[in-house]
Amino acid sequence: MVEPQIIYRNEPAVTDAAVPLADFADGTNAAAVRIEPGDDVRALLPHLSQVRLVEVNFPAFGDGRGFSSAQILREAGYTGELRATGDVLVDQFVFLRRCGFDSFAPRKPLNLDDVKAAEGFFPDFYQNTSDGVAAIWAKRHKVAP
Amino acid sequence: MKILTGNDLKTGDVIWWAGDTRWSRHLADSADAGDEADAILKREEAALRVNVPYVIDGKQTEQGPMPLHIKERVRAFGPTVRPDLAINTSIPILKV
Amino acid sequence: MYQYDTYDQAMVDARVAEFRDQVRRRLDGSLPEEEFRHLRLKNGLYLQLHAYMLRVAIPYGTLSGKQMHMLAHIARTYDKGYGHFTTRQNIQYNWINLEQTPDILAELATVEMHAIQTSGNCIRNISSDQFAGAAADEIADPRPWAELLRQWSTFHPEFQLLPRKFKIAVIASSSDRAAMRLHDIGIELVKNAEGVLGAKFFVGGGMGRTPMIAPCIREFVSAQELISYAEACLRVYNRYGRRDNKYKARIKILIHELGADEYRRQVEEEFAHMKTLGLNPPVAELERISAYFTDPAFEQGLSDALDRSDPDFAVWVDQNTHPHKTPGYASVTISLKPAGGIPGDATADQIDLMADLASEYAFDELRVTHSQNIVLPHVRKADLYAIWQKLDAAGLASANLDLIGDMIACPGLDYCSLANARSIPVAQKISQRFADTGRQLDLGELKLKISGCINACGHHHAGHIGILGVDKKGVENFQLLLGGSAAEDVSIAKIVGPGFDEDGIVNAVETVTNVYLGAREDGERFVDTYRRIGMEPFKEALYG
Repeated sequence: MVEPQIIYRNEPAVTDAAVPLADFADGTNAAAVRIEPGDDVRALLPHLSQVRLVEVNFPAFGDGRGFSSAQILREAGYTGELRATGDVLVDQFVFLRRCGFDSFAPRKPLNLDDVKAAEGFFPDFYQNTSDGVAAIWAKRHKVAP
Repeated sequence: MKILTGNDLKTGDVIWWAGDTRWSRHLADSADAGDEADAILKREEAALRVNVPYVIDGKQTEQGPMPLHIKERVRAFGPTVRPDLAINTSIPILKV
Repeated sequence: MYQYDTYDQAMVDARVAEFRDQVRRRLDGSLPEEEFRHLRLKNGLYLQLHAYMLRVAIPYGTLSGKQMHMLAHIARTYDKGYGHFTTRQNIQYNWINLEQTPDILAELATVEMHAIQTSGNCIRNISSDQFAGAAADEIADPRPWAELLRQWSTFHPEFQLLPRKFKIAVIASSSDRAAMRLHDIGIELVKNAEGVLGAKFFVGGGMGRTPMIAPCIREFVSAQELISYAEACLRVYNRYGRRDNKYKARIKILIHELGADEYRRQVEEEFAHMKTLGLNPPVAELERISAYFTDPAFEQGLSDALDRSDPDFAVWVDQNTHPHKTPGYASVTISLKPAGGIPGDATADQIDLMADLASEYAFDELRVTHSQNIVLPHVRKADLYAIWQKLDAAGLASANLDLIGDMIACPGLDYCSLANARSIPVAQKISQRFADTGRQLDLGELKLKISGCINACGHHHAGHIGILGVDKKGVENFQLLLGGSAAEDVSIAKIVGPGFDEDGIVNAVETVTNVYLGAREDGERFVDTYRRIGMEPFKEALYG
């Protein structure tokens, strides 16, 4: 179990130990799963109802596959805890949030002042993503979400 | 000889290790780092006196210390196509 | 031209503030170089051979006189008085101070410019046809589509750490002036059977170590679905592009390994899903953007007549102007390739002059071309002589567009930390060897492209004649390639044989042009003759 340093959820962090994605093919009843960069997260979709925590691991910050994994989960309607673990850096923070991460357990703890600053730079974004924030085009044309 | 080089963190200028904690914009000031190269690089980078430093092979010539590879001589000289911007026109670019 | 609204302006202002903070953390030591490197690259800041280098985006190559003046101001104030226009319609400054970079970006932001995503493993500046909105042969202006894609790709959260860089070009003419099929995604605007405008997607082209021509992945994507289709293309790449080997990480390798059919199938599957997610802006957004690209107030009924009594002017007009959709107008290409000069470089004074000419004669608009020249897109033919005289006085009137003197060259080992050999001196020697305009005209259209290393920034694979600089045991060596093209007749050049030294490659270029002159049939360009007679006669002349 990796304790999150930062969490944006109303309930406390899920404390179950995360099992590898492959275990779900073998019928595990685990409620927490760990997604590695090479995993096809869509294999988890049939089991989403039993899952309360997904840890998406970033062994190296330069590998951006975890961003797609997170988006795919949120697009499929997953509402449980989505935790970024590993080489998670403050300068990726806003992008991770936009892809649906609501829990952060970085290998090297983040400076919370830097996190606060990072969250404050950009008032709006051009894209619609799974975070539900209205894209700039939606605001321009008053498109309802 | 072992020459240490890198760039100034703030200005980006090409700089050459000139002994102890000294870095110079002139290749001619280069000191031989010998077996200490890696330890010096680690220390100097940590102190932010140099950015992205590395060690190169060089030799002493009549013009002073000179890198063996053309890339480093171009760095020491400046762009060969803009001699008006050259740092030191005495660097032999093509051959040491 | 597109103009920022408060959202667009807030975006670039925010990036300035964020980057200022990142630079502060780097300078106080809290941010190590290996983390900062990635952040500065995402803002176009490299550490090159001599200093930091800043690459400023010129989206789809379009800029105003005011923006051009700002580029001159930055060259003069923060650099050494010049800049380098690149093959992706950007400008680079070679002597940048890290501490001053946030201030430079703040100045750029005052004229709606930035350096966002001009490097790094993300979606880069969207490039386009330099004659967009002016060309007689286009079916629509591609720039509104490019702007829509620019906004979508800017800080796209899912695609900030792709396997490798990602370049998109958009054109709207069957003449390809943007090397469209040598991009990761090349989009050609087309009309379907109902006459509706849409996007034809070519995916997986590129140069670099492994040059590939992009196959067509979809014949038609409607404006309403452009963003979700692009998103599907990118998601398949982000998930399955190779990350084990930097040199095999571009999307062209993924598509090559999967096969175009399998990649297409995966994209279609993802696209079907994407369409349900509400990712596409309403058509009103493309219309809003398009409204900024309406024609300037062209005078109607102007004559196409020209006083051609000055022979030097007549040559320049014939070579450096392009047909305009409006009678009495032309598009002018200002060559940044004087004989013996550095291809793509312009001084601050020259940049200012070109900006002034745009304000005075060209509805305040300029373009940057992928072959490193500047265009005044809308000029009255009646003003051409006055423009030419002013260009001539500033050393900017080389009448060599698309001729051998109009070569592409990367910065090479004179500036670039990746380079193995110096490209610019080779370019200079060749342009001096062929300095005579009559001789260049006799050779006709001849695209010469020079790269100083295998990364191919000088597009050597796409040259009718290509030159690749390599490091041969510490000595610069140059390989000759023949038969490439970046235009609608796209092809990849082939290496002729063993390389040459600097003077040897200049001679080799002259030798192959002589083979062409001896063998050409009526109306054949160099590349046509090569395609007809093959490599052998050239090889024979070079190596005997």
